[in-house]
Amino acid sequence: MVELVAKTPCAGLLPVSVGDLRLEECEMLPMSVIMPYAGKAEAVGTALQKAHGLALPSVNKAEIDGETSVLWFGQGQFLLRGAAPDAGLSDLAAVTEQSDAWAVVRLSGAKAVDVLARLVPVDMRLSAFPEKSTVRTDLMHMMASITRLGHDSFQIMVFRSMAQTLVHDLKGAMEAVGARG
Amino acid sequence: MRINCPVCGERDRREFYYKGAAVALERPAPDAGEAAWDAYVHLRENPAGETRELWYHESGCNGWLVVTRNTVSHEISGVALASEARS
Amino acid sequence: MRVEGKGLIDRGQEVAFQFDGARYRGFKGDTLASALLANDVRLMGRSFKYHRPRGVLTAGSEEPNALVTVGSGAAQEPNVRATVQEIYPGLSATSQNRWPSLGVDLMGVNDLVSPFLGAGFYYKTFMWPKSFWEKLYEPVIRRAAGLGALSGENNADRYERAFAFCDLLVIGAGPAGLMAALEAGRAGADVVLADEDSQMGGRLLGEVEEIDGKPGHVWAAEIIAELEAMENVRLMTRTTVTGAYDQGTFGALERVGHHKKRRGDALPLECFWRIVAKQSVLAAGSLERPVAFRNNDRPGIMTAGAVRAYLNRWGVSAGRRVTVFCNNDDGHRTVRDMLAAGVHVAALIDSRHDAETVPGVRMFKGAMVSDAGGRTGLEHVTIRSVGGEDRIQTDCLAMSGGWNPIVHLTCHMNGRPTWRESIQSFVPSPDAVPGMHVAGACNGAFSTTACLREGVEAAKRALEAIGVKAADVALPAAEDGAYRIAPLWAVPGKGRAWLDFQNDVTVKDVKQAALENFRSVEHMKRYTTQGMATDQGKNSNVAALAVLADVTGRAIPETGTTTFRPPYSPVSIAAMGAGAQGKGFAPQRFTTSHAASVEMGAPMIEAGLWYRPSYFPRAGENTWRESCDREVGMVREAVGVCDVSTLGKIDIQGADAAKFLDFVYCNMFSTLKVGRTRYGLMLREDGHVMDDGTTARLGENHFLMTTTTAAAGEVMRHLEFVHQGLCPELDVAFVSVTEQWAQFAVAGPQSRALLDGLLDAPLKDEDWPFMACGPVALGGIAARLFRISFSGEHAYELAVASRYGDSLFRELVKRAEEMGGGAYGMEALNVLRVEKGFITHAEIHGRTTAFDIGMGRMVSAKKDCIGKTMSERPGLCVPGREQLVGLKPVGEVKQVTAGAHLFCAEDAPERENDQGYVTSVAYSPTMGRMMGMGFLKNGSERHGEKIKMVDHLRGIECICEVTGPVVFDPEGGRVRG
Repeated sequence: MVELVAKTPCAGLLPVSVGDLRLEECEMLPMSVIMPYAGKAEAVGTALQKAHGLALPSVNKAEIDGETSVLWFGQGQFLLRGAAPDAGLSDLAAVTEQSDAWAVVRLSGAKAVDVLARLVPVDMRLSAFPEKSTVRTDLMHMMASITRLGHDSFQIMVFRSMAQTLVHDLKGAMEAVGARG
Repeated sequence: MRINCPVCGERDRREFYYKGAAVALERPAPDAGEAAWDAYVHLRENPAGETRELWYHESGCNGWLVVTRNTVSHEISGVALASEARS
Repeated sequence: MRVEGKGLIDRGQEVAFQFDGARYRGFKGDTLASALLANDVRLMGRSFKYHRPRGVLTAGSEEPNALVTVGSGAAQEPNVRATVQEIYPGLSATSQNRWPSLGVDLMGVNDLVSPFLGAGFYYKTFMWPKSFWEKLYEPVIRRAAGLGALSGENNADRYERAFAFCDLLVIGAGPAGLMAALEAGRAGADVVLADEDSQMGGRLLGEVEEIDGKPGHVWAAEIIAELEAMENVRLMTRTTVTGAYDQGTFGALERVGHHKKRRGDALPLECFWRIVAKQSVLAAGSLERPVAFRNNDRPGIMTAGAVRAYLNRWGVSAGRRVTVFCNNDDGHRTVRDMLAAGVHVAALIDSRHDAETVPGVRMFKGAMVSDAGGRTGLEHVTIRSVGGEDRIQTDCLAMSGGWNPIVHLTCHMNGRPTWRESIQSFVPSPDAVPGMHVAGACNGAFSTTACLREGVEAAKRALEAIGVKAADVALPAAEDGAYRIAPLWAVPGKGRAWLDFQNDVTVKDVKQAALENFRSVEHMKRYTTQGMATDQGKNSNVAALAVLADVTGRAIPETGTTTFRPPYSPVSIAAMGAGAQGKGFAPQRFTTSHAASVEMGAPMIEAGLWYRPSYFPRAGENTWRESCDREVGMVREAVGVCDVSTLGKIDIQGADAAKFLDFVYCNMFSTLKVGRTRYGLMLREDGHVMDDGTTARLGENHFLMTTTTAAAGEVMRHLEFVHQGLCPELDVAFVSVTEQWAQFAVAGPQSRALLDGLLDAPLKDEDWPFMACGPVALGGIAARLFRISFSGEHAYELAVASRYGDSLFRELVKRAEEMGGGAYGMEALNVLRVEKGFITHAEIHGRTTAFDIGMGRMVSAKKDCIGKTMSERPGLCVPGREQLVGLKPVGEVKQVTAGAHLFCAEDAPERENDQGYVTSVAYSPTMGRMMGMGFLKNGSERHGEKIKMVDHLRGIECICEVTGPVVFDPEGGRVRG
């Protein structure tokens, strides 16, 4: 029988460190996009809570519990990460496997927010973007999902095929921020 | 330029894709006749002043928006979801 | 000359630098201009057109004359204003626009023939012979006239871009800006204070006036310290706000590395900021204007405020015998400060008869400077008064024609400034930029007290607009002198009197423009080039306008103003495009098989943002054609493997999914069985073809659509538009899964055998007819299989989760090679599809209809769909339209080329005889000849006809037989077999 070997989106590209800034690839966890059918959003929320212990987040917010998280992912879209979706969800929502579709990296360090200010046209400062905030935005012409995991730590996602550009752009911004001291 | 997306909040224009006049939402019935279809597909106003146009929040929430914008002052006086803006 | 005891420079830190190869010393805090003046260097450049010797005119970013080149080699930076460039150890600057040297410039001959070189000279002179302009005149003129040069090497410097957000952006950190920031900062607003200088304080750094009993710069330092300590205030020095844009967006250029000696590789030279502010306070200050008189461009003639700033801020006297010439009281301050510093002031010439007497200096009231002498440096001036002419020996003339508020940013959104008679200048019109409040000198308030007060008031208005409660800020005590001015634009007399120093425009030129009826200020500007240099006429616009008003007999406000456009001061393209150089221009998308393809030596070609293998060369193959022909043969005779992951894949689910597909595709999808795939054609609403692809029905309410690689994004947008904009009532949800799946075509007679050996269970014939689809497994991993074909062979597409893509591709290629096949690239893929007459975007290029490509009958009559009504327009489906055909070369010439046009054999190959064009060509190793696809008028009726293909660009003519588009296996037996 054939034996296929898995490769992560950022294999060979990460981690990268500049001063106290660190960029690393997040562990590949199950991911699925959940799009509630007409009139089923509430039911999806209940089912999600029951099966995965997380509520359906409001716009631009994330629900995070340890390794499991649900991100607001667009109009009528939610991304469940860290758990295979409960089978019952499929009756209420279009559930689509996305575990391999995105490169997921974590940027951390006191000046992580300055790094993002060089790449993202959204105010990412703590006052405007507190913990468990999330956005869908543009990162150097790439559709991105950015979530604040902690005070100085962000999860950044772009399509898997663009992992190399993502790392290139983030690394450049990290170096420039680092060089300013 | 910034557009206040009804879903995501105010965002930079680079997150959006421009389509054109919001007329595109008023699709005639198949039997509406040549004139109606001609107007729908081809005829567009070019106002110096207020205009309703379609923008797609492509890098954001995927929402199609109807933006009411003044082509002279560039003021944006209203933004609504296309799914809710049809007359 | 350095003056002891004056200036804010750090005399403890000497800095060595070079100018034109000579070594000089300055102090930390010096600009290149102040350090050169301290070393008695007055000559700093040559003028643009006449190569006149020039010295520094100003002390700020508006400098038109002292432009130098800093550095050498790849990092060489031309047109750096010496007044902005801070010195650092090892700085090396050179002068520009001179040959062989600054002192002896042979191009100075231009100045001698200047009577022939006035405004309009080029337009009138170099008109014939016509061809001479491009070949002779323009190159010669360009070489003679100009600024600094680029090195021609790739600049390795790093530039950066960044975004910032705030409640209030304060532009300028002089007294008004500091008070505005203080008010807003104390009120708790989120403030950005940006100032273009290396040190904040604005004019306070160059004046001796006190605030709250302290020297202005000391007061400023205290305020800055308080602001620095506030977490809600960001101070940005060396940052010029260059433009005001829609919805509170501003552009700003930060000079990050220009003042540093050894720049680390990573430190950017400049950063271009996009600042988004809910409100803004413009406290940009004002600029002093020169007076036009004969030879007013001699090195040593400067603005009076600049002379004062060099003394008070940099401890430099711009001359040893200083003369002051003014039409307003402000010039008197220069006299006062120079005298207090012990500098000899030769005379004060005030054009006003009623000017206040200034003690301690020889004063000429109601007098004017009418000429200046000294070719490479000022030696004397001529004073004309009622009593006649006097000549005074002087090496520095400080002139003041009044101050112009810096209204530029208020004009960036179409605002027009308003003339204010009392200051003889323009002030911003109210609400010219939404949310912008103007304060201080840029609002025409010239006393320090007024600036301080307006700063607070502007901030309070801004705070009110965003609902923040204002804080109490006490107004400090400061001078509140009145500003008195009598207009004086140009001193009458013979000779050339300069208005625009950077573009060498004189009073005479403006008069000439008016004489030739270029009376509109916009016409005058373009005719004379006044205000069109890199300084945008900051020193000359108002005076030139006044001169034009005078000669045309109109008032100044009636004459109008030119349009100020961004950027306020020059911004390098590298900064604006930061991050977008080279591969940064767009993201690169790599398939999971990329590494393996590169290892196999495949040249990668760009397909949109994607990189795909062109072909896979093997030992002994010398050209791409050899590899391509072999790969085509592999697919036709054994089995080939190709990564097709770049095609768009959209997962569509919901109770109304089938209904939705029926609406977006012209053919029917609701009738498709689960486990089957169907080819679909998508139209635009205007009836033309938008895209095509196959869609599989994975479940009753679950479809998987594929799009072409090129149109994946467009189709996604389209689907969202149709759903949200036209039928939001449909219960359907879709999301891109392009990146989730690595998908490979396995094509050829051996494809089935290959899969049977690979999959966990062999395929059953009855389950897998042509166009079947379903789940399979390999190595225990779930996968999807589609029996579809883009090659005309028995073929499959196998999809696995992307993490296994690399591994699966290698496995497939290995197994294919064992069976006499292997990987194939884009070239072979193209040949295979042309042999089969399959279309790509070369054919569905936006102007073709379903009828044109022979798919007219696919437009279902049973339902409405996007594009249906318009596709039925008579003009889109009549015989006579250009229809898809195949082309087979049958004459001597066997070469068919894409883009060539088709003509009837007997017709001349001219536009009016055009019969169609060629869209795709390939050499078919299967058929042993070239083949083409193209569109031909009424083509479907003309099979068998001989037609002439003419490629005008390449000079190729080829007689072709018109055939059906399908060259190979027209019955399609192989694909079903």
